[in-house]
Amino acid sequence: MLDPDQVYIPLASWIQIAIEWIADHFRPLFRSIRWPVDELLNAINGTLEVTPPLLLIALFGLLALWLAGRRTALFTVVSLVFILLLGIWYETLTTLSLIATAIVVCVAIGIPLGILCARSDRAWGILRPILDVMQTTPSFVYLIPVVMLFGVGTVPGAVAVIVVAVPPLIRFTNIGIRGVDQELIEAGIAFGATERQLLWEIQLPQALPTILGGLNQTVLLAMVMSVIVAMIGAEGLGLVVLQGLGRLDVGRAAVGGIGIVLMAIILDRLTQAVADRDPRARAGQSRISGAFARLFGGGHRRAEARLEASLDSKT
Amino acid sequence: MALVRAGKGKSEILEQTQAVVGVNNVSLKVPKGAISVIMGLSGSGKSTLARCVNRIIEPDAGQLLLDGEDYTTCTPGRMRDLRRRRISMVFQNFGLLPNQTVIDNVALGLKLRREPLAERHRKAGEMLEIVGLSEWASHLPGELSGGMRQRVGLARALATEADVLIMDEAFSALDPLIRTEMQDELLRLQTTLHKTVLFITHDFQEALRLGTRIAVMADGSVIRDGTPQEIVIDPQHDYVAAFTRNVDRARLFDAASVMVETPADGQGGQFVLDDTGQVAGWSAPGGAPASGAYIAVRPDTRLIDIARAASRGRGPIAVVDEAGRFRGRIPEEALLAGIAGDAETMKGTRPDA
Repeated sequence: MLDPDQVYIPLASWIQIAIEWIADHFRPLFRSIRWPVDELLNAINGTLEVTPPLLLIALFGLLALWLAGRRTALFTVVSLVFILLLGIWYETLTTLSLIATAIVVCVAIGIPLGILCARSDRAWGILRPILDVMQTTPSFVYLIPVVMLFGVGTVPGAVAVIVVAVPPLIRFTNIGIRGVDQELIEAGIAFGATERQLLWEIQLPQALPTILGGLNQTVLLAMVMSVIVAMIGAEGLGLVVLQGLGRLDVGRAAVGGIGIVLMAIILDRLTQAVADRDPRARAGQSRISGAFARLFGGGHRRAEARLEASLDSKT
Repeated sequence: MALVRAGKGKSEILEQTQAVVGVNNVSLKVPKGAISVIMGLSGSGKSTLARCVNRIIEPDAGQLLLDGEDYTTCTPGRMRDLRRRRISMVFQNFGLLPNQTVIDNVALGLKLRREPLAERHRKAGEMLEIVGLSEWASHLPGELSGGMRQRVGLARALATEADVLIMDEAFSALDPLIRTEMQDELLRLQTTLHKTVLFITHDFQEALRLGTRIAVMADGSVIRDGTPQEIVIDPQHDYVAAFTRNVDRARLFDAASVMVETPADGQGGQFVLDDTGQVAGWSAPGGAPASGAYIAVRPDTRLIDIARAASRGRGPIAVVDEAGRFRGRIPEEALLAGIAGDAETMKGTRPDA
């Protein structure tokens, strides 16, 4: 008879052995993955930390004013000043660098992969189930292999954030490009576009609202994960909360929590504003703002509706 | 393909291979500088045929010739070059980039062939002037009405200076009034530009208005091919006849198609001509002296206008050319038969006449 207390399949030790084997034999690979993340993280964090806090707050305020308007700018400035006064400024900057690093890497990986998926049904066929699994797996679970393969600390934390945050960007890029009106594609071909021109002149600009919607999702996931990775020793606001909980210091934990919420709201507003921009406000101005208008053109809401419709039709 | 060559029907092939035969065995000559219309209902393969012409859809068999050059299997680079310089296209739903200004949309083809910005905007500006949208250059397509958007689509196709223009249901998405306006616009442009136009439509009236020649398609094949007048006089096919039945003949046919070339009529009355062949007058039956009461029309005057003139004026109808020389006369019964569509009385334009 089967004894419930007995382990018949020693999966735990198998996985242990497998991961150890991978860690042993592929160490250079993981080192080389770690290196750019490490460099990027340090560069961003270093820059943010040497900038005087008030200057940084002013810069963020201006960015918010330019992207999203007066209300968001006011909210951003007030929140950041509040964070500064709470004494969690450097922790906030670390979290911000973690997110910024993750976004840069996610864009560098996610958009090309999304483009690949949009162009090749085979690639999408392979990647789609992987993304499904990745997105249904609780982010907590990612910590295990990351610790085994990359160790503990802020840089492995950044790796975990990247892994969690990249799927929506791949998905949205894929759907955005596949959703481009067939007649526009035909127009491109009919006027003699090369494959590359078709991508850059027609597909990417048309898919951009959807891709930016995906970027918004990626930023929010990165925000959430940047807190969770405190458990594998990543510094930042998450660590403040974790330390507070560990010492039963509810006040400290709450301060960390407030910082996290404020950061999340600011990031969400800013990335949504990027995705929502109305090209008409800028059409016909200087070339740079014109380029931005094109870059951020199109209706985000429309894209979302389209996206939902296409998702509905697939299920 | 083997099945098609073996002469299997379209539905039979669909059953056997799940492959749809879009266009089968179509052989068309599209004459230079004229508007050739391909007319057919949805599913007849006309749009597929249009897309085969610039190889957006690759034909599985057959040959495409442009000025004698076979480009069916040319390199992608050569094909791009043809699309950039020789063959352009206008789309049913305009196919304009919604986040680019009108002038940038017009300049698309020029941008794709990497012309410098200033040059692109100069040429695109000229094209916008031709279609009358200069003041809209820096607006977005979304701010324009349907008719204006298609003018932009037309300007974009003209901007590459391609000599072949494929217009796929170009006016079908427009409401009737705007459609007529755009047809006039195309005809007006054509008098100066002389492009080789391949116009796809499901609207027979539109085909008649625009076409120098019309090819009627059904089930992937061309079932009737000819000038508008030939097709209306002699549809040769029940399917085609269903379209021609409701045609307003009075507006399609001209004086030349119903006139009789002798100056005398059956009752003995006749036109009196002077030495240069000009009409001097009309003598009634019984040899009465010539009187001035007659109606003169040109050979290309439409029957509707002749009927209007006849109802107002007095006397017989003479057809005279630009120099005023007598060409023929139109008996009243021929005019009525022409409007009623009695093929037996029609002449001149019949293919077998």
